[in-house]
Amino acid sequence: MADFGSNEEVAVIGNTDLTSAESENNIINTMVERGTSLLNKMEINVAEAEKRTGKNTVNMQETYTVYLIETRPAENVPEGGTPAIPDSLWRRYSDFELLKTYLMVTYSYIVVPPLPEKRAEFVWHKLSADNLDPDFVERRRVGLENFLLRVASHPVLSNDKIFFHFLTEEKGWREAVLETGFQDKVDPRLKSLSAMLRVKNPDKRFTALKHYSDELNIVISQLLRVRARVADRLYGVYKVHGNYGRVFSEWSAIEKEMGDGLQSAGHHMDTYAASIDDILEEEEHYADQLKEYLFYTDAVRSVCRKHELIQYELEMAAQDLAHKKQQKEELVTGTVRVFSLKGMTSKLFGQESQEQRESRLAALEQSIQEGEEMVKEKNTECQDFVRTAWEDIERFKEQKNRDLREALISYAIMQISMCKKGIQVWSNAKECFNKM
Amino acid sequence: MSVGAARGLATSGQKPIAEILHPLSAAEEQLSPGPDVFVNVGGEKEAGLTNGTPVETSSPASASSLFNRLQLDDDLDADTRDPFASTETRDLFVTVDDPKKHVSTMETYITYRVSTKTSRIEFNLPDYCVRRRYQDFDWLRIKLEDSQPTHLIPPLPEKFVMKGVVDRFSEEFVETRMKALDKFLKRVADHPVLSFNPHLNAFLSAKDLNKRQGLALLTKVGESVKQVAGGYKLRARPAEFCAMGEYLDTFSQKLGTIDRIAQRILREQSEYLTELREYGTVYSSWAASEEELQRPLEGVSGSVTTCCGALEELSENMSQDFLPVLREYVLYIESMKNVLRKRDQSQAEYEGRLEAAILRKQEDRTPMPVEVEKCQDKVECFNADLKADWERWQSNKRQDFKQLLTGMADKNINYYEKCQAAWESLITLLQDKQTEDKTSETN
Repeated sequence: MADFGSNEEVAVIGNTDLTSAESENNIINTMVERGTSLLNKMEINVAEAEKRTGKNTVNMQETYTVYLIETRPAENVPEGGTPAIPDSLWRRYSDFELLKTYLMVTYSYIVVPPLPEKRAEFVWHKLSADNLDPDFVERRRVGLENFLLRVASHPVLSNDKIFFHFLTEEKGWREAVLETGFQDKVDPRLKSLSAMLRVKNPDKRFTALKHYSDELNIVISQLLRVRARVADRLYGVYKVHGNYGRVFSEWSAIEKEMGDGLQSAGHHMDTYAASIDDILEEEEHYADQLKEYLFYTDAVRSVCRKHELIQYELEMAAQDLAHKKQQKEELVTGTVRVFSLKGMTSKLFGQESQEQRESRLAALEQSIQEGEEMVKEKNTECQDFVRTAWEDIERFKEQKNRDLREALISYAIMQISMCKKGIQVWSNAKECFNKM
Repeated sequence: MSVGAARGLATSGQKPIAEILHPLSAAEEQLSPGPDVFVNVGGEKEAGLTNGTPVETSSPASASSLFNRLQLDDDLDADTRDPFASTETRDLFVTVDDPKKHVSTMETYITYRVSTKTSRIEFNLPDYCVRRRYQDFDWLRIKLEDSQPTHLIPPLPEKFVMKGVVDRFSEEFVETRMKALDKFLKRVADHPVLSFNPHLNAFLSAKDLNKRQGLALLTKVGESVKQVAGGYKLRARPAEFCAMGEYLDTFSQKLGTIDRIAQRILREQSEYLTELREYGTVYSSWAASEEELQRPLEGVSGSVTTCCGALEELSENMSQDFLPVLREYVLYIESMKNVLRKRDQSQAEYEGRLEAAILRKQEDRTPMPVEVEKCQDKVECFNADLKADWERWQSNKRQDFKQLLTGMADKNINYYEKCQAAWESLITLLQDKQTEDKTSETN
């Protein structure tokens, strides 16, 4: 435990404001997985999953899966006297969800890595949509590990205390999260879509980004849908070939010279039909990579929405200030530019007393000053947000381009290995046919 | 040219011309794909399949010009082909090609060019070139069956096609039928007995095929067999013919299954192709909204498209080369069963007469009538012919299926090789781009 204490200190020290130059460094460093982040000091993995049964909050029996998170100090930790024994603890998917929500609320300017899907989506017929299906649990385990690694390699998120707590202490974590009061910070307006917010001066970059993430969302989900259908059909093509296996072997029984060749060619056809299972299982990994970026689009949109909200507040404050200033001007000059009830009453009942005017003016002055403070504050908030958010978006874009390119390469490699398998099986079969 | 090689040519229908060993057949093959040459020589070949003008092609002029050209081709070929041709023992070569559509007020039909080269003395000329339509082939087959009842007659492609479902004049249908007719005629010409049948001679050489008169003498032979319909129960079919019957039953069942599987695969492949095409499209539409990823995504789309092309080709080849052979063998089995049945009938006839004769012999001690002995001879002759044909058929079948299945494997290998090449070139593209990026980063 002492070990982790020191780690935590290191982590906290790291949590200083980054100058732009430093953060740029950071962006580049995170491209190489082990940058200056937490991953430098700690190895993290989700080692295994286990099925458990227990009672839920409404006292109903339920079966759920828990995941074993293992952490251990990285070997290059300076105070390395103690041997690196992995520390481990169990977490449920809902714990991960809470962590992600916490991160999204607390770091609204960051594109927070998404979790793997809650329920299997874009499945093709042979794939189980059951949450307790071992293949699904395994893919989710990989996805959760990936999530932790992404957070741990993030220049900002990796230094979060709650995150560290999540990794290192099983007990009391949920309480600690709730204690941060992050839930109060959840702006209800963020949820009720941005349609109601009419921002007058939208930031073009964010508008474009939002548009892009919408597009990306549509195209990736379309891609995943079609891919599932392609997988379905490919599966069919291979499996129907398996029927040759049976019929060749039956046919071989009535043949003399051809018999042996047919029989063994039949075995190759069986092999061919069976090979598709592994091929498609491997391809599911590619689908998961795409899904991650499908879910990333939500994170990007959430940052855009947050920006809109801040921009909206700034504009509201500015509008309010302008209004007050106009009032003051009216009061000072005595002119009423716009027809108003107040103007009418003053005309009908004569001018207010000097005293009344003075006190109203003073109150307005006060209010204007407050308004100016507010606008200034909102302005800084907005500028800060834009700066930090854009920094993270740049980082995200880099990461996305790199990841997806790698995913495409590994997809192509997968296709090549499928072709090679196909060539191999058909060459074997050909040899048998030739012997007939 | 060995017998096997000739059959190989017929079966695959896709072997390059260079593999045909005999000069005569090679010359013939070279003739067919050159309509422009024909225009120069005969001046009457411009009527293609599509324009539907009836063309009289068996005029003396075209026959002699063709003859001259063939001579020329033979000479040209002699140098290159002779070493191979020296091993040749066959002397009758037939080819069916060049389909033409004929439109008259009464009917529309297709004729095919039937070219013959032979050194047999039964033929007056070494070369013939006639045009025949499907019903002429049908006539030939019926004549062969009647005049040679003890032999296995190769099958013709199905006569009836469902109207509306199949377009009888579509290029695809005509092409498939032409290949099947070619196969039929080659099989007949390869047969040691059938190839000497006078009807075949007439079919190959007569300018006008007089179907009604055509060698009426010989048609009688078959009828005696036909008359013996049923009535007698076989005492015992010899075991070897029982085995043949059983074999044919099982084999036709398996062929049916293979045919169903092959068709199912084609269906699955066509559905796969549909989805795959859309898959490629999604990648390219994604590419449109990306900057750095544009080229990689377009690359993936391109590879998927290449795979689509390769798949389409595979399916096309399979449906053109694989399925027709299966069909032919299904029909072949029917012919074989027919001959088996006729053999049974002739055995039954013999046994019936023998029984009657024995009864009579017991009564009045007359010697065994001559016709009973004739019947016995016939059965024995039947058995011998059938056995010989059976052996031929078995060895043909073995060759054909060896070639058919090897071809299937080759087509699939070819498909995968094309896909592999497409994906490999994509990887080269993606990795090049990556190193490019890295160097630009360090710069």
